[in-house]
Amino acid sequence: MADKRAIFKDVPGRMYIGLTLLLIVGTIGLVLPWFTPTDPLEWYASPRNQTPSLDHLLGTTSLGQDIFWLLTWAVRNSLILGVTVAFFSTLIGVFLGLMAGYVGGPLDRTLSFLMDALICIPTLPILILLAALFGGQLSLWAAGIALVIFNWPFPGRQVRAVALSMREREFVNVAWFSGEGQSRILVRHIFPYIAGWSAANFVNTVLVAVATESALAVIGLSSATQATVGTMIYWALEYQALLGERYVWIGAPVIAIVALFIGLFLLSSGLAMRSADRRMSI
Amino acid sequence: MALASFILQRLLVYVLVLVVGMTILFFVPRFAPTDPVDAMLAKVTSQSGYMDASQVDSLRQSLSDTFGLSGTLMEQYGAFLRRIFVEFDFGPSLSMYPTPVMELIGNALPWTFGLLLSATVIAWVIGNFVGLLAGWKPESNAGRVMEGLAICLYPIPYYIIALILSVLFSYVWPIFPLATTIRGAPWSWDLVQSIVWNSFLPAMSIVITTFGWWIISVKAQTQSLKEEEFIRYARLKGLSDARLLGRYVLPNALLPQITFLALQIGLMFNGSLITEIIFDYPGLGLLIYTAVLQGDYNLLMGTISLSIVAVATATMIIDFLYPLVDPRIRHG
Amino acid sequence: MIEVKDVVLGYGSRAFITAVDGATMSVGHNEIVGIAGESGSGKSTLIRAMYGDFSTGLRMTSGRITATFPGREPVDCHDMRKTWWSDISYVPQGSMSVLNPLMKVHKQLVDGLPKSKRKGSRQAIRRDLESFLAGLDLDPSVLDAYPHQLSGGMRQRVLVAVASYVEPHLILADEPTTALDVVVQKRILLMLVEIQRRLGNSLVFVSHDLGVHYQIADRLIIMYEGKAVEAGPTDEIFANPKHEYTQRLIGSLPKLGTRSSNATSLRRAGS
Repeated sequence: MADKRAIFKDVPGRMYIGLTLLLIVGTIGLVLPWFTPTDPLEWYASPRNQTPSLDHLLGTTSLGQDIFWLLTWAVRNSLILGVTVAFFSTLIGVFLGLMAGYVGGPLDRTLSFLMDALICIPTLPILILLAALFGGQLSLWAAGIALVIFNWPFPGRQVRAVALSMREREFVNVAWFSGEGQSRILVRHIFPYIAGWSAANFVNTVLVAVATESALAVIGLSSATQATVGTMIYWALEYQALLGERYVWIGAPVIAIVALFIGLFLLSSGLAMRSADRRMSI
Repeated sequence: MALASFILQRLLVYVLVLVVGMTILFFVPRFAPTDPVDAMLAKVTSQSGYMDASQVDSLRQSLSDTFGLSGTLMEQYGAFLRRIFVEFDFGPSLSMYPTPVMELIGNALPWTFGLLLSATVIAWVIGNFVGLLAGWKPESNAGRVMEGLAICLYPIPYYIIALILSVLFSYVWPIFPLATTIRGAPWSWDLVQSIVWNSFLPAMSIVITTFGWWIISVKAQTQSLKEEEFIRYARLKGLSDARLLGRYVLPNALLPQITFLALQIGLMFNGSLITEIIFDYPGLGLLIYTAVLQGDYNLLMGTISLSIVAVATATMIIDFLYPLVDPRIRHG
Repeated sequence: MIEVKDVVLGYGSRAFITAVDGATMSVGHNEIVGIAGESGSGKSTLIRAMYGDFSTGLRMTSGRITATFPGREPVDCHDMRKTWWSDISYVPQGSMSVLNPLMKVHKQLVDGLPKSKRKGSRQAIRRDLESFLAGLDLDPSVLDAYPHQLSGGMRQRVLVAVASYVEPHLILADEPTTALDVVVQKRILLMLVEIQRRLGNSLVFVSHDLGVHYQIADRLIIMYEGKAVEAGPTDEIFANPKHEYTQRLIGSLPKLGTRSSNATSLRRAGS
């Protein structure tokens, strides 16, 4: 029943839309930055407040920056932050979650308590505190580390639940009784189930990481030296882009972030739907 | 009994959360690049004009206490925990000296509480109701439209919706006030009206951002519940759709939603902080923001501690709701 | 009471998977009819169609099923809903998830009762239910329990009880004894027979276990690959199976005493 072609048949429609959006955003953020002519962060490199033209595809800001190239760098930085946080979060979460669920006992109890505790602590106030301590600007590194620490329990909990139910499954017991080693059981039988959920969690964590950092940025507490989509919105607001009717400056990052988030969400929920379907059909 | 052990376990987690949270708060300032006491002191003395030597000394002492910088690490930790859990004392606010931090928090907390509670309830009720109907008839146009709408709205960050609403309804069409201004004597009808009027946009902002999640999750729940055997059996008795939905589908669909609510509280709190800041709403969020801008360390520590306590408590209360509605946990 | 004529049933909207391929049979008054067959023979689908449960993609592409209840105009199976839980009732397989886990048992029993049974106050209805259950050897405390607190056997007995409480002319039961141990099985079979004798109505039940049919069915219908291949009084079918499949089915039943002939019949059945 589970032949290779089925992998492409079960894909919910939403995943196609999500992937398309992400492809567009990804191109903007990961491909285009290689082509920037000058440093887009530099003030007054171009004439100020230009409307979109062939020279400046999206116009320029009040600080004389080309909006289009600035946007590509901002998206790039946001994506790098999001993906890095997601990578480490998922790695730690899956590893600890698997251990907790599969090994059980006091290790499971300790890790479960820890995970439940970390989930209850709201991330943003802690980040704000960090920002305050670092003089009102939080570097992306510090934000990233804090985000990883507070986000790994989310995939951790989910993987633990899957691992717990796996332990009881017939075919795992059969493998165990036939003498397969623990690690082989983990990799060959349990991992395929976890992989689907981990992918969904990974994408979701990218979303949460970028969302939290940009929330921090919009209130002005994120890095002043690095451009992210959030800081771009912040600077636009600081320089009255809305009131001054310079809509492209604030509109571009807003649209970029909305497209990114919708794409990430569609992808992650599509992956989750597929994992749930697969599990139920076994 | 299963119920007692459930409650005990949950309380244990609660205490652990508070301990872990406060420990983090204790250690985080120690990673700061500069000596926080000197930095704070410099800022305060430069802003609030002349302070004589004894005032500066008592301020330095208070700051040292807050940072817990006297004594060994263990002594500091112990003193820190005691100050927070036993005395509830965060010292005086530095930007609004000498008003105690607890007083400022006490004024702001009801606003945040009211906003978050009403917005959450509205979003949860509307979202679940709409999602339930959408899940019951997933092929209907209404169902698909609602789901599509939810998918588009949910991922949008809180601050964007807040900004859009703020611009549209306070600036372009000046219906609502741009900054919160409360008028009226305590508990007069004017005051209540003023509160509701000023809270409307921030609440709407939170509702719009969050209700999408409820629609999506309850729709998925309902769709899978429809196939359950007890629904089929109940239907074969000749029960009407309304009765099926109300007494068989709804309670079973809502159960996991309660768990989701507990998981989402932390995220919703983050969102409401940002929303308050953008709408200038006099809650905890604005207080934290002011504390950061003014370098008011006492206030910052106080508000953040309270945020952790508030979220942990809310999560635990919601977790306790679960056995009330699920007899399988009540009666083992 | 029920006439099934050349009925073709299947599932699916785009592709059609045939489950019942031209079956004809009938159910009379005051009798217990058993429908036997292996998995995939179409017996469960047939009984669903007889009840009129055309949900989840079940379709009838030809033939007719008509029910004639005493004092009523004949009803086509597609309109059977009108008679649900008054003239006809249904006993599902009592699995863990057949009752709403969040509702107490007595509330679920009262749900759907026809007007004739809902006269009087709630207490009166409750007392009536309690005495009815006691009459069937079921402890009335079952009413205050939640479904997860009942054992599999108790659940099945409760389902049988409520199906008969409405005093229908016809009770349809889908695998009422499957997945239960032999002792509980016996109790349920006795319960079914007792109810039928008391009410004088008809009972149609589906089971793959020939032993169960042998114990309580007055008439037996054998289904194979979507068709009713043989029908008749139970004793006769067991004594003189005419159709080849029936012969193999009966032949595969273990018989006490004979060893070698047993082994032979198994081999013949397997070839």
